[in-house]
Amino acid sequence: MVTRPTVRTTPTQPSGSATTEDHPAARRTAAGEVVLSVRDLHVTFPSEAGEVKAVRGLDFDLRAGETMAIVGESGSGKSVTSLAIMGLHPSSARITGSVRLHGEELLGRTDEQLSRLRGKAMSMVFQDPLSALTPVYTIGDQIVEAIRLHRDVSAAQAWKEAVELLDLVGIPNPQSRVRSFPHEFSGGMRQRAMIAMAVANDPDVIIADEPTTALDVTIQAQVLEVLKRAQRETGAAVIMITHDLGVVAGIADRVTVMYAGRPVEQGSVDDIYYRPHMPYTIGLLGSVPRLDAGEKQPLATVEGNPPSVVSLPPGCPFAPRCPLAEDQCREVEPALVPHAPAHSAACHLADRVIRDGLGYADIFPVGEHAPGALERLPREERETVLDISGLKRHYPLMKGSVFRRRVGTVYAVDGIDLDLKEGETLGLVGESGSGKSTTLMEVLNFVPPTEGLITVLGQNPAELRGKARKALRRDLQVVFQDPMASLDPRMTVFDLIAEPLHAHRWSKADTSARVEELMATVGLDPAHVNRYPGQFSGGQRQRIGIARALALKPRLLVLDEPVSALDVSIQAGVINLLDELKAELGLSYLFVAHDLAVIRHIADRVAVMYLGRIVEQGEVDEVYDHPRHPYTQALLSAIPIPDPQTERTRERILLTGDLPSPANPPSGCRFRTRCPRKPALSEADQRRCVEESPVLLAVGTDHTSACHFNDVDRHVDFRA
Amino acid sequence: MGRYILRRLLNYAILLFVAVSLTYFLAASQLNPRVLWELANPPLPAETIEASLRAKNLSDNVPLLERYWTWLTGIVTGWEWGEQPRQAGDVSEEIGRRIGVSIRLITIGILGGITLGVVLGAWTATRQYKISDRVTTFGALAIFSVPVFVLISIIQVLATTWNDVTGIRVFEYIGETGSVGSYPGAWLVDRLQHLLLPTLVLVLSQAAFFSRIQRNLMLDALGSDFVRTARAKGLRQGKAVMKHALRTSLIPTGTYFAFSVATLFLGSTFVEVLFNFHGMGEFAITTIQGQDVHGAVAVAAFGGVCVLVGATLADLMVAALDPRVRVS
Repeated sequence: MVTRPTVRTTPTQPSGSATTEDHPAARRTAAGEVVLSVRDLHVTFPSEAGEVKAVRGLDFDLRAGETMAIVGESGSGKSVTSLAIMGLHPSSARITGSVRLHGEELLGRTDEQLSRLRGKAMSMVFQDPLSALTPVYTIGDQIVEAIRLHRDVSAAQAWKEAVELLDLVGIPNPQSRVRSFPHEFSGGMRQRAMIAMAVANDPDVIIADEPTTALDVTIQAQVLEVLKRAQRETGAAVIMITHDLGVVAGIADRVTVMYAGRPVEQGSVDDIYYRPHMPYTIGLLGSVPRLDAGEKQPLATVEGNPPSVVSLPPGCPFAPRCPLAEDQCREVEPALVPHAPAHSAACHLADRVIRDGLGYADIFPVGEHAPGALERLPREERETVLDISGLKRHYPLMKGSVFRRRVGTVYAVDGIDLDLKEGETLGLVGESGSGKSTTLMEVLNFVPPTEGLITVLGQNPAELRGKARKALRRDLQVVFQDPMASLDPRMTVFDLIAEPLHAHRWSKADTSARVEELMATVGLDPAHVNRYPGQFSGGQRQRIGIARALALKPRLLVLDEPVSALDVSIQAGVINLLDELKAELGLSYLFVAHDLAVIRHIADRVAVMYLGRIVEQGEVDEVYDHPRHPYTQALLSAIPIPDPQTERTRERILLTGDLPSPANPPSGCRFRTRCPRKPALSEADQRRCVEESPVLLAVGTDHTSACHFNDVDRHVDFRA
Repeated sequence: MGRYILRRLLNYAILLFVAVSLTYFLAASQLNPRVLWELANPPLPAETIEASLRAKNLSDNVPLLERYWTWLTGIVTGWEWGEQPRQAGDVSEEIGRRIGVSIRLITIGILGGITLGVVLGAWTATRQYKISDRVTTFGALAIFSVPVFVLISIIQVLATTWNDVTGIRVFEYIGETGSVGSYPGAWLVDRLQHLLLPTLVLVLSQAAFFSRIQRNLMLDALGSDFVRTARAKGLRQGKAVMKHALRTSLIPTGTYFAFSVATLFLGSTFVEVLFNFHGMGEFAITTIQGQDVHGAVAVAAFGGVCVLVGATLADLMVAALDPRVRVS
């Protein structure tokens, strides 16, 4: 790590005397002193449907060196809050209340006055690193711009500092990378560059708005580490805005939970996670699938959807979804009041929750996990519904516009074997670019792969023609990731669900009956069949997608990240639904996801993919509790667990760098370039990693791992 | 980069050759220069007509491929693009003269028009739905929807009225030059006077087009995350817009710009005809009306070159503005 040339603005004014109006940042703060103080913040936008009350009364104090997380689902007002503090809200927004930085009011200042503070006293890291950097300037240009905007240093000095900042955030070869353009950086590197820019002027407050949501877990772990380091270096206070309760557990000191524009619970991270008072918080925590959950526990289902903030009914906004709700909840909105020292909740029933020690299982309905008849049958005796052997899918890499020529090959999937038994769920996990979606498309495409054989229900789909092909299509259905994009917005729900039935020539009467039945099956009101997808929420839309997939009574369902676009509380309902359907209908799932916690919850077996190969495969608890491949170990270790105690004591295996390009995979073991196990090996052993490609070796009953050195550090527990 | 452009130019040359050859076949088989002689009064004897046509390689009694070969060898060996019917002289001389006219006519118009359009578009985008934006939008759409010859007529009428009312001949609207005064630099003043109105027309129509494009591009850029990042760094609204949004939103404009330059050479027909400039646009019409096979083909060839130069220019322009293209 470099010693940064910290250019701290020296405290020139004696405290108490009149400070320069525009420069509250000129006063530095000792650790623990309040830097940012927000009181009764309201943000309102005009819209055609009426006033959008995005934030309705938010209070908090932020101390130097402290991290406060603002947690909430989409539409809860957390991002609007951050923009209002920075003064970057749209000009149509009306803001009232008070935002004080070092005791001085920021609301009502001109853009010019605020500009002197932004990037200097307070800075921001945005969600999407792909679009947050200007594509036409180099990374260095953009960091230097941030430095020279606020400090009178020479260009050469600023460039030198930019290099040091890139080094601080862990960009390799900062000397040369400083001249790279954003598109030459991977997502994780861009987010590091964003952090470098945010800390360039030693800010007092850093606001990070979902800084890792767009990144893979291994990269997320790296970036969170960088953020913590940046905070240590600058002593800044951090506001962490996120929906990921695992991330919060690992990084936050205090937590504010927001719902429908209001803070509903505030307290220390331990108070919130171990002693939540507000049913919404309790439900939120109970609905997260846990990576460390040993046996299957059904998730808490918070029924319904967050309310629209345009026309809120009186009373507690959570009341319609709260099983505890009483009459008073529907009449008077509860105030945020302390129920314990430094821990307040906005709930009329908080006292009861505290007194009776209510947990999520006491408050919310939890899905019943009843294993189906098939699950009780031993695996070997069940029919194989999907068998993939030696599957390869290579894509040509083309160049040139007039004379196109092949310049290489993308090894998207490069020799994998999978099998899926009846009534089983096989989870396919891996980072983006690992080939999991390609595998899925190969199963669906019914065309011969580059190499290998796919057998669906005992048949080779690539050889089927006409009727047999159509019949197999009926047995194999798909649920897509994005329920917004996968449903035609101009078709009614009835038409959407009935479409596969029409294609297979069901009679009119049968179709109507089936659609009604399906609506009920997936938990939607059959009376709503004439509505359009736009009138449903994300979770409901995904249920429509599932109903459509189930219409023809398939035997095998292929699911491509079916819950990753949904909010946590909604996600749990869909997962529970999928669980129930499987047991009820005897379905088999091929379930692709990047969220390993979801896979642990829903899958029976799991296959971990890396750069087009499977590196570890086996029974899900076996793989999660005793991971043997270093990649699986790192992947599991990178996933934040929504448990602050665990997070504090966890020692992470941090992978270095990014996924290599699938067009140019490393020789021998594909994981060797990032492998944490390899450096400890002898030179001869290391040569083996470079030269010899490892095969999947049995490390237990139904557990294989593709590493030459499976027996090195075999007892790695991701929880420790 | 150099090799890339070279290869690209070679591709273009082949493309151009094919296009021009096809145009020749089309023109030579569809245009009928013979009628020009047949209409002569007193009538010419058939043998004389045939002889003249053959001398100019225009006779339809000669097989098409043979005429094509003669025409092609003429170009390859001596850069002779053929003669015009009933006139002496090679087509290339005529075109050489007319290109000069076209360049003088459109250069200022297009540069001024695009600059004004980009500035207006970018500016109105930052003032979306305010009065200035609505006025500009209305003006641009009005110019857009009025056919260019109507626009020219309106301008000419206004200019004449001004000249008549004030009694001073400020505006000229016929030809490239007129009565030159005797003071030093008078020729320049005269030329500029004649250029003023056609340039105004070109500026207005180009600006109308580019302001619409630029406004939309700029609106996209203004709403983008990187402008918000720039603001979060401490850039003021205006500076963030100029430095981050404008530069990025100029990239697609670069493509339009290059193509406009190229196509305007042939596309300013109305301006040339109505202001009496004998440029390329006018020539395109004249050749077809005058059954001028060689002239029509030469105009098509010139148009082709313009488009391809425009495409190359567009690529260079985009490469200059967009590092994502440059590096790979």
